[in-house]
Amino acid sequence: MVRVNGKETDICGISVADYLKTTSYDLRFIALEINEKIVPKSQYKETIIEDGDRIEIVSFVGGG
Amino acid sequence: MIPSKTEMQKALSCRVGEDIASRLNGSKVAVLGLGGLGSNVCIALARAGVGHLIICDFDKVDITNLNRQQYKASQIGMKKTDALKENLLEIAPYIDVITVDKKVSEENIYEICKDADVICEAFDKADNKAMLVNFVLEKMPGKYIVSASGLAGFGSMNEIRTRKMSDRFYLCGDLVSDVNDGIGLVSARVMGCASHEAQTILRILTGEEDE
Repeated sequence: MVRVNGKETDICGISVADYLKTTSYDLRFIALEINEKIVPKSQYKETIIEDGDRIEIVSFVGGG
Repeated sequence: MIPSKTEMQKALSCRVGEDIASRLNGSKVAVLGLGGLGSNVCIALARAGVGHLIICDFDKVDITNLNRQQYKASQIGMKKTDALKENLLEIAPYIDVITVDKKVSEENIYEICKDADVICEAFDKADNKAMLVNFVLEKMPGKYIVSASGLAGFGSMNEIRTRKMSDRFYLCGDLVSDVNDGIGLVSARVMGCASHEAQTILRILTGEEDE
């Protein structure tokens, strides 16, 4: 099982890029960490989500 | 009569102790974006005794900024960097303020922030926020980034929180209130979120980090 923003999800074995395609996140606005390590955007394609991973996706909103 | 540097330091030491006062005095924080978040963060840090600030913005003070940003009507048209430096020096006459009048991009983040202990993301636009956070976490190992997302509108202040996302990344805000939803920006809520950022920075600088 994989946790995405605290929620259990069954997405092991696919890449971060492929997972994100199934979501409505806009890549320009996000930062994504797996097990508290940033995943560079240049590595979304080759980073494979593994069993037990904890993924946090921050989708920034405007205002400051 | 402006107090002497020694008097100012002594007044701070009385409140927080000599050790913390001297630690803060020796700290350097880079604040990128000098709008409602950044201008308020800087004032909180200056009052708390942070000795060195790098303040960065490319914009000028506009009449529409005055509802929430720490500028005065008399400063409309000034560069935000110059106007904020002026205001900071009125509050903390011995603070060292380096102004950077530039638009931040991936090409200049490193140069602007390399000497800072903590980097504060205080931009308005979501893509700039994401760019800075990704850059610091990917390319500047050892640097802390304190960021904000979700502070627009008239929602309750209680929804604004600080989350420790990972070792060097703190995120303040309610995460959802987007200015692009037409809910505006309200001084008290923006200041509340800026206060979350400032307090987090002070906690990092004084070693009071969250688990």
